[in-house]
Amino acid sequence: MTVEPAGIGPITVKKRRGGEKALYGLIYLLSAGILVMVLYFVIYILIRGVPTVTPAFLTTAPNPIKKTVGIFPSLVNTLYIILFSLLISVPFGVGGAIYLNEYAKHRRLTGLIEFAAGVLSGIPSILYGIFGYVFFCVLLNLKVSLLAGVLTLTIMVLPIILRTTQEALRAVPVSYREGALGLGAAKWHMIRTLLLPCSLKGVLAGVILSIGRMISESAALLLVAGGSAMYMPKGSLFDQLASSGSTLSVELYRHAYSRGDNETAFGIAAVLLLIVIALNLLTRWIAKRLTEN
Amino acid sequence: MTMEAIRTEAVRAGDVRLYTEDLHLHYGDVHALKGINMEIRGHHVTALIGPSGCGKSTCLKTLNRMNDVVPRVRITGSVVLDGEDVYGKAVDVTVLRRKVGMVFQAPNPFPMSVYDNIAYGPRVHGIRRRIVLDEIVERSLVGAALWDEVKDRLKKPALSLSGGQQQRLCIARALATGPEVLLMDEPTSALDPISTLKIEELMAQLKRDYSIVIVTHNMQQAARISDYTAFFLLGELVECDRTDRMFASPRDRRTEDYITGRFG
Amino acid sequence: MSRPRRKLHRNRAPGPAGRRAHPAPASGGGTAGRGGVRPVALASQAAGAGRAGTKRPANSIDTGRWAKPPVELAMHGLFLLCGLLAVAAVLFMTVYMVASGGPVIAKVGPGAFLFGRTWDPEKMRFGILPMILASLAATFGAILIALPTGILAAVFLAKLAPPRVAAVLRALVDLLAGIPSVVYGLLGALLIMPLIFRLQTALGLPTRGSLLAAILLLVIMILPTIISVSETAIRSVPAPYEDAALALGSTRLQSIFKVIVPAARSGIAAGTVLGTGRAIGEAMAVIMVAGNAAILPELLKPVRLLTASIPLEWAYSGGLHRDALYGIGLTLFVFIMIINIVLNRMLKKGGVSLDS
Repeated sequence: MTVEPAGIGPITVKKRRGGEKALYGLIYLLSAGILVMVLYFVIYILIRGVPTVTPAFLTTAPNPIKKTVGIFPSLVNTLYIILFSLLISVPFGVGGAIYLNEYAKHRRLTGLIEFAAGVLSGIPSILYGIFGYVFFCVLLNLKVSLLAGVLTLTIMVLPIILRTTQEALRAVPVSYREGALGLGAAKWHMIRTLLLPCSLKGVLAGVILSIGRMISESAALLLVAGGSAMYMPKGSLFDQLASSGSTLSVELYRHAYSRGDNETAFGIAAVLLLIVIALNLLTRWIAKRLTEN
Repeated sequence: MTMEAIRTEAVRAGDVRLYTEDLHLHYGDVHALKGINMEIRGHHVTALIGPSGCGKSTCLKTLNRMNDVVPRVRITGSVVLDGEDVYGKAVDVTVLRRKVGMVFQAPNPFPMSVYDNIAYGPRVHGIRRRIVLDEIVERSLVGAALWDEVKDRLKKPALSLSGGQQQRLCIARALATGPEVLLMDEPTSALDPISTLKIEELMAQLKRDYSIVIVTHNMQQAARISDYTAFFLLGELVECDRTDRMFASPRDRRTEDYITGRFG
Repeated sequence: MSRPRRKLHRNRAPGPAGRRAHPAPASGGGTAGRGGVRPVALASQAAGAGRAGTKRPANSIDTGRWAKPPVELAMHGLFLLCGLLAVAAVLFMTVYMVASGGPVIAKVGPGAFLFGRTWDPEKMRFGILPMILASLAATFGAILIALPTGILAAVFLAKLAPPRVAAVLRALVDLLAGIPSVVYGLLGALLIMPLIFRLQTALGLPTRGSLLAAILLLVIMILPTIISVSETAIRSVPAPYEDAALALGSTRLQSIFKVIVPAARSGIAAGTVLGTGRAIGEAMAVIMVAGNAAILPELLKPVRLLTASIPLEWAYSGGLHRDALYGIGLTLFVFIMIINIVLNRMLKKGGVSLDS
C-alpha cells in the first residue's frame, strides 16, 4: 500500500488568511499597548513628581509648623534597612549557595533547602510582616523598629541572593575546579580563590535585585518598622536602628492613602522610580559585562 | 555530451520535476551557493554529496524555501518546480512546502501523540473530519512502514518511540500532507545501522510515488540508494550525473578525488 | 592511595541531544536563556521557578571521603548552616503563623471564621468569607485578562519583534516589574479609579473603589511575571519543532500557536501560578483602589481583599481583633503554601508532562 499523491495544484495560488491577519493585529496592538502604558506611567509619575523633588525635599525632615515636607529621614531609614539586610543576607545567601553547589551530597537535603528558598520567595510581604512582628518585635522583644525591619527583610531577600549565586557558580566550568583541585588545592582554598571571584557578578546581580525588592517593600515594613519619619536621625547608630521609622515606600503609602497628600506621594514616587530605573540599568550593565567575559 | 545539453534534453523530455538555474545564496558575507544548476527527476532518488560545509544542505533547503526563516540570507537565480518559480512573488510558501515535504537530520517529532503528529499537517491545511484524518494517519504510517509497530499506541507520546521509529514517524508526518517531492537532510545520520537500513529500504519503496532528494555525507549510502548524484564542493555543484556513471567514471578530477577518498 | 578518588556529578543526562523540550524555568531559571540577569522583583520570582528543576548542580566536584583538615570541616559546617537558614526560616514561619493565627480560629470556630459573612470588629464579628471571595475573584479576574495578554506579548517578544523593538519592550516590561506596589496603588487611584468612577456614575452607583479597579491594577502588576516567564519558556522550545512545523506548510502563526506555545505550556503554567501567588498576596496597591468594604464582591462595588484588613486595621487592633488579623494571615499563608506546592509539583514533572 502506498500513499497516493493528493495533487496539490499550483503553488502560486495564495490562500486568504483573514484570521491570521486579525491575530497579528491583536498581537501588535497589545504589545504596543503595553509599551505605551509603561511609557505613560513613567512620564506621568515624573511630570507630577519631579517638581516636588527639590534639594530641600531631599535633605530635610517634615516640618508641621512651617508646613514643609521633607523625606530625608525616610531616605536614611531606607538606606539603613538595605545596608544592614545585605550585610546579613549576602554572607548567608552566598554560603548557602556554595553549600548547595559544592558540598551537598544528599539529594533530599538539597531538595529541601531549594524548596525552602522557593517557598520564601513565594511568600507575600504582608505575611513577612506578620511573622516579623510576632517573631522579631514581640518574641525577641525588638519592638517595632528598623532592626526588626532589617531582620525581616534579610529573610525576604535571602532566596534572591542564594539563587543568583547558585546560578553564577553553576556557570563556572567543571574543568576550572578539576584544574584547581588537581594542583592539590584544598576545597575551601579552591572556593575562595577560584569560585568566589568567578561568581562575583552573580552575587552582585543578586544584591541589586535585593535592593530593588527592599526599596519597593511596604507592607511588611509597615507592620515591623512602622512609625513615621518625622525627625532628623539622631543618636548613635544603634539608637537609630532600635527606633521605629518608615522607608520611602511606606512614607508614600502614608501620604497617598492616609493623608491624601498626592503631591508628596508623587514626589516620593518619582524618587523611587528613578532609583528603580537606575537599578535596572545597572543590572543590564552587569549582565552585559557578564556575557562579555 | 555537456552537462548543459544533458539537462536541456531531460527538461524537454518532461522527467525533470524540479531544477535550479544559476542559484546563488549568500549568508551575510558568505557566498554559500555559487551558481547551482541542478535537476531533480521525478520518481527517482537524487543524492547530494560532498564534504561538510560544501553547501549541500543549504541547497536542499532552497528547494522548499526553508532558508527564508534564516536571517541575512540573500538568494538569486531560480528554482523551478513543475514550471513555476519557487521564489516567484505570487508563491504561497505554505502550499510549496506541502508539495515539497522535508525530513530533518535528527528526528523531530512534536511533543504530542503519534496520531496528532501525523494529523498536524492535514489539520493545518483545514482537514477537520475525524474519519478523513484517521484514514490519512493510517495511510501515512503504512507508507512510512511504521503502521504495524505503532497502530496500538497512536495515543502515546511520539517521544516515547525509539530513534529510528521517530524518524519514520517524521517521514509519515511529511507524507500526510500529500507531497510530491520529499527532501531528506541526512535522515539517517543520527540513527543506528539497523534503523538506517530500514529507512533506506523505505526510500526504495517511496520513490515509486515521490521524487526524493537526499543529502548524505555517506558515499556508500548515496551509491546504495540513489539513482542520480550531485557532488558539491565549496558551494559549487561540481558534477551531477547518474549515480552508477558518476561512481564508475567521474568526469571531474575533484569528484574522483572525493569518491576515492583522497580528501574528505 | 595518595590521590583522592574524584567523582563527577552531572545533571541527569538530558536524553538525545535537544530532543526533549525542557520547560523554560526548569532549566536554568528565567535568566539563563538570555545569558543575562533579569532585573528586580520579576527575576526573583521567575527564576524562583528555577530551583525545582535542577536537582544536582551541573558542575561540581565531589572530593570524596578522606582526612580533611579542620578548616575544611569548619567551612563545610558553616556553609551547611547558611543553607539551613532558609529551611529554618520556613519552619519558624510555619510555626509562628499557626501559633498566632490558630487561636482565633479555634475560638470563633473555623466555620464561623472562614464562612462568616460579617466582619465587624466592634461587635466582635469576625467572618472573612467576603474577603476570601473578593481575593479569589480579583486573582481569578486578573489571571483571566493577564494570561492571554501575557502570552501574546511573549510571542511578540520571542518570535515576531525585530530585535531592537524586543529589547526596548523587554526593558520596559522589566521596569514594570520593578515599580513598587505603592506606586502602582498611587497610579491606580489617580488613573484607573476615576475611569471606573465615571462608569459607576453612569450606572448610578458611584463609590470609591471597586473590584474592577483591583483586577485591572493586578493585571498590570502580574503581567511582567507572566510575560517574562512565558517568553523564556517559548524561547527554550527547541528550534527543530518550529522547522518541522514550517516544513509541513504551517504559517508562522500556526507553527507558533499549534506547536511552540503548546510545547512551552508547562513553563507558561508555572508563570501563571507565580502570577497567581503574586496577585493573591498583593496588599498595599489594592488597598489604594479597592474601596475596602468587607461585603460580598461585585464587579463595580468596593471590595476588601484578604490582605487588606491587616495593614488597614493593624494599628488600632488589639485582643481578639488583632488575633483575627493573625487568623487572616494564617488563611493567606495556607493559600500561598498550596500555590507553592502546586508550582513545585509542576516544575518537577514539567519535562514529563510535556510529552503526554
